[in-house]
Amino acid sequence: MSSEKIIEINSLTKDFKKLRAVNNLNLSVYKGDVFGFLGPNGAGKSTTIRMLLSLVRQTSGTINLFGKPLDSDRKNILSRIGAIVEKPDFYGYLTAYKNLEILGKLSGKEITQKQIMQILELVGLDNRFDSKVKTFSHGMKQRLGLAQSLLHDPELIILDEPTTGLDPQGMKEIRDLILHLSKEKEKTIFLSSHILHEVELVANRMIIINKGTTKVEGNVKDLLDAKKLKVTFEIDDEQKVKDLILNSGWKDKFEMNTKTVFVFSLEGEEVPQLNKYLVENNISVSAVIPKRSLEDYFLKITDEAK
Amino acid sequence: MLTLIQIELYKIFRKWRTYIGFIAIGVLVPLIHLAFLLTGESTIDFMTRNIQQSFIFVGNLLNGYFVSYLILNSITVHIPFLIALVAGDLLAGEATAGTYRMIITRPVTRTQIIISKFIAGIIYTNLLIIWLALISLVVGVLIFGTGELLVSSSHAIIIFERTDILWRFFIAYGFAVLGMSVVCSLAFLFSSLVENAIGPIVSTMAIIIIFIVISAINIDFFQSIKPYLFTEYILSWRLIFDDPVDLTELLKAVAILLAHIVFFFSLTLFLFKRKDILS
Repeated sequence: MSSEKIIEINSLTKDFKKLRAVNNLNLSVYKGDVFGFLGPNGAGKSTTIRMLLSLVRQTSGTINLFGKPLDSDRKNILSRIGAIVEKPDFYGYLTAYKNLEILGKLSGKEITQKQIMQILELVGLDNRFDSKVKTFSHGMKQRLGLAQSLLHDPELIILDEPTTGLDPQGMKEIRDLILHLSKEKEKTIFLSSHILHEVELVANRMIIINKGTTKVEGNVKDLLDAKKLKVTFEIDDEQKVKDLILNSGWKDKFEMNTKTVFVFSLEGEEVPQLNKYLVENNISVSAVIPKRSLEDYFLKITDEAK
Repeated sequence: MLTLIQIELYKIFRKWRTYIGFIAIGVLVPLIHLAFLLTGESTIDFMTRNIQQSFIFVGNLLNGYFVSYLILNSITVHIPFLIALVAGDLLAGEATAGTYRMIITRPVTRTQIIISKFIAGIIYTNLLIIWLALISLVVGVLIFGTGELLVSSSHAIIIFERTDILWRFFIAYGFAVLGMSVVCSLAFLFSSLVENAIGPIVSTMAIIIIFIVISAINIDFFQSIKPYLFTEYILSWRLIFDDPVDLTELLKAVAILLAHIVFFFSLTLFLFKRKDILS
């Protein structure tokens, strides 16, 4: 990972009348990163992205892109960014090719007919280049959205929920494309998503935000360490188990319980050991459900947001 | 900037709604021509009935100029709707389609976007008036021929010689462009405020209708605010068909209409530059 900061957000806040959508947010994205920007729906991800792209003006805080303040060098900065913001929308009455031609002209670079066709081929729409966009499915529009974001060969690609509405095969193709852009083309990618698994598969660094504030930030490998697990044991004799656990070495690993569910914080290899211990003490275990700590936390805040 | 204007014009002329105005004029004006062909003489009789006992009218009074003059009189009240139909969609259409995001995240300034869209709207307005002139005047002259122009004002009936007419029409159509550009800039302003093109069209027409009604009602209060309503100056092209032409009044109307255009455009620019794009 390079030490060159491509995105640097400091104390970013956005208020919509009485609603604080983003609250004192800080983050840094380095050159070459695939940066996962995670949060449940309504966490403030899209608002942050809109501020990054100058669609929305921040209430306070600073945004530096490529080492320059966005406010002072907007035009130059935007020429180096490709983006999908929420669902991609196009001029439905124009063809896919014409839409890209117009957006190419607006990008300030000379985009040739050949380049447009190559990009359409990359996203699998070359055979529909002369179809009007209004005839496209959501998935096809999503691919076209990706095409327009890559059209002018940007250094930074901002993707806001790029797999929304895609089928599993389409999602995989987008993931593969992100990895290709990152590894082969050395692009910096800012990937917003509300699906932890999606980020985990492609990102090297990530941040989780909720209610506009940072909750967790760091390397994906560290944060999603498979060794640290929250394990749920479904057991039918609450009092017996409680007595057994609280008088054993597993006491420190115990977190909480309901009538039939006991949750432990365990390392990976401890899961079968605890299971064995319970069974040997005549406890009937009907299910063992391991979850990584962060996954558990993320599910919790996602549920709260619903 | 030229590229941006070309793109905006391309978008305008790839939309079906753009052609509604051209089709409406292309259908309505020939219908008026047909009506004049059938009953035009009675219109001339009606206009001159008070002075027929004192004057004898000779020559071709029912000519292309006369018909075009009456069409211009009647149609400039209705053309605002056709202008608002396109101008009201210039910005709101992008919001409705969600394409604001696509264009604003490109390396173009919001000022460039607003200027290019506004110029494209004004070009459309110009083309619509040119189309009106072509259909009305050129076709009118082809059907009815030329002749002296009989103009009835509140205080007199003026007859212009055939050699003294055409320049007046050129200026009148130019003035119509100016008046309709005010409508265009008003619809453009409303278009920047909302995310649906229907709102700007309805709002623009509502304002024009309210202003026209206020002007028409002969109450002291309304008469006192009449000079401040831009609709009052849109029909000032009629001053050109007077003898002598009241140049002071004409230039005043031009200045007021220009001031409205500048004001509406500046306000649009001011608001759009501060607008959060949430569509």
